Amino acid sequence: MTEPLDPITMDTVEPTAPARSQWADIWHQFRSHRGAMWGAAIFLFIVLLVLFGPYVYWNDPQNVPTGRDFLNLRDTRPIYVALWDADAKVNWLHPLGTDNLGRDTLGRLLTGGRISLAVGMAAMILSVVLGTLVGVLAGYFRLLDGPLMRLTDLFLALPLLPLLLVAVLLFRERLSGAFGPEGGTFILIVTLVGLTSWMQTARIVRGDVLALKEREFIFAARSIGTSPTKMITRHLLPNVMSPIMVSATLGIATAIITESALSFLGFGFPPDFPTWGKLLFDAVDRMELYPERVVWPGLMISLAVLSVNYVGDGLRDALDPRIRGR
Amino acid sequence: MLTFTIRRLILSVPTLLFISLVIFLLLKLAPGDPMASQPLTIPPEVRERMREALGVGAPWYVAFPKWLYQFFVVEPLYFADLVFGTSWSEGQQRVISWQTRSPVMDIVVQRLPQTLWVVGTAYVVAILIALPIGIYSAYRQYSWFDNAGTFITMVGFSVPPFFSGVLVIVIFSVWLGWFPSIYDTTHTVTDWESFKVQLRQMVMPVMVLALQITSQLSRFMRASMLDNLNQDYVRTARAKGLSEKVVVLVHVLRNSLIPVVTVIAIGIPAIFGGAIITEQVFKVNGIGQLLITAIQGNDLPMVQTLTFIFAILIVLFNLIADILYGVLDPRIRYD
Repeated sequence: MTEPLDPITMDTVEPTAPARSQWADIWHQFRSHRGAMWGAAIFLFIVLLVLFGPYVYWNDPQNVPTGRDFLNLRDTRPIYVALWDADAKVNWLHPLGTDNLGRDTLGRLLTGGRISLAVGMAAMILSVVLGTLVGVLAGYFRLLDGPLMRLTDLFLALPLLPLLLVAVLLFRERLSGAFGPEGGTFILIVTLVGLTSWMQTARIVRGDVLALKEREFIFAARSIGTSPTKMITRHLLPNVMSPIMVSATLGIATAIITESALSFLGFGFPPDFPTWGKLLFDAVDRMELYPERVVWPGLMISLAVLSVNYVGDGLRDALDPRIRGR
Repeated sequence: MLTFTIRRLILSVPTLLFISLVIFLLLKLAPGDPMASQPLTIPPEVRERMREALGVGAPWYVAFPKWLYQFFVVEPLYFADLVFGTSWSEGQQRVISWQTRSPVMDIVVQRLPQTLWVVGTAYVVAILIALPIGIYSAYRQYSWFDNAGTFITMVGFSVPPFFSGVLVIVIFSVWLGWFPSIYDTTHTVTDWESFKVQLRQMVMPVMVLALQITSQLSRFMRASMLDNLNQDYVRTARAKGLSEKVVVLVHVLRNSLIPVVTVIAIGIPAIFGGAIITEQVFKVNGIGQLLITAIQGNDLPMVQTLTFIFAILIVLFNLIADILYGVLDPRIRYD
């Protein structure tokens, strides 16, 4: 509740600061959300780490030592274990230790992160594009509204995790044959996660488009004969950008979690192809002896998801004009 | 209200039919063969007849109605036989699992109590924790309690159950040795001692599941309370001299609970889905674990039935949520 301003002072007040654009306003509001700034910083850090880390880091994650090296290098512990356990087998060249085949854990974490994040981003893009498409079409064309929304309801009523598991099992072989084991699984998981997570975006976008359609500027645009395509791309889409951006951010988090869950249940990437979920899954059997192999991938997943969720939270606040400027 | 309920019930029939058809057609693409595990010494013509007996080669427009008939007619009839001692289902083929060669529903009924115990307890615990946290966080918005609560719920929301589960196993069962890491489903409660054992093995799975549900629910509860706390009727209630306790815990809480109750109802099927992962972590042999082994073992009738049961749960609880909304909030009119 704002106090009504005195009419005299309102006239005399000169605009001192230059008018700011909408995006500057949003950035200003976003910056004041401390969690979101931290989230953005941490997420950026993780992205840079997995993007450039493998170039800087000296160990090859795929390298399996042979002969005497194998015995020397397998099952080493992280160097920090030496702090409390003097007898622990540590190796300064492998800061986070190695696994039971002698592969470097940190190296695998870095390359695994690339795949996990790539899956998250690609699946998010697919789901947002699908959701926006369905939402705009359903909101703008009355004829399509009924069928498309029934389709959305239907997808929401599907038991997604069981179906994902089944679908992975069904198509993995075929796609692996066509695109190689890694490429095939990547395409499969991205498609599946994208296909099963677009519904919320579609609903929100449809609602916003329906509300926008009643506004005067749309009426004006229509009166000068704007074609539906131009109408959607020039007038509707820019105005529904904010909910789309929020669901895109939160979509990354969902996609990362879904991919790791699939990997964890053994329905993900092939065995020698690390992702965070896969690393976690592989390490569970020996977690009593080597808890670090479980903790690090899990921490990376949680940290990535947590930071993305915070960014999404901050974005939602920043893009909401009712909160902005308060 | 009654007409709305009936209309929604009737509408959910085609939805469910369509979902079951989608699941069925998807499974129809499965490359597996239930005879693959049989010895190679079986002659090909016998193998072919066994396949026929299992109904493998049949086209979908034969197999799908047959499955529907078995699921919706034979299984309920069999259940009625069990309850009333009749013999309606005699001689009728039930849905048979390819893995165990026994009726699917029998196995599901065996496994269901384990899942229900863990999931149900977790849900109740989560609701009991989440509501007070949400209420107090909203009432003292931006206090240290609220900030800490927001952070913890954000973490609980973001940490996937397969990591939090593994983490609590490492901490509480490997390092501290307080709780067993594996849930023993053969354990029966007979006296106080065995009850304590049961309680100890339930703590960790329930904790992991409850953390996730609590995070979602308390965030929702807080948002809902905040929406109501600034309303005019709250100011009126305070102005007429009601105590703060009555204002918050009677006026505001009752109004804020309306959307929360529906979220609780909608969340129940999702919890069964989440339990798939938790059961895998703690080796609970509930229906989630049953589903995973069925998928891995290519047991299509089992997968079909289980997935469809999940779908029924989702549709049913969505319906319940809609009806609850109408019952609790007199402003909502469906007719």
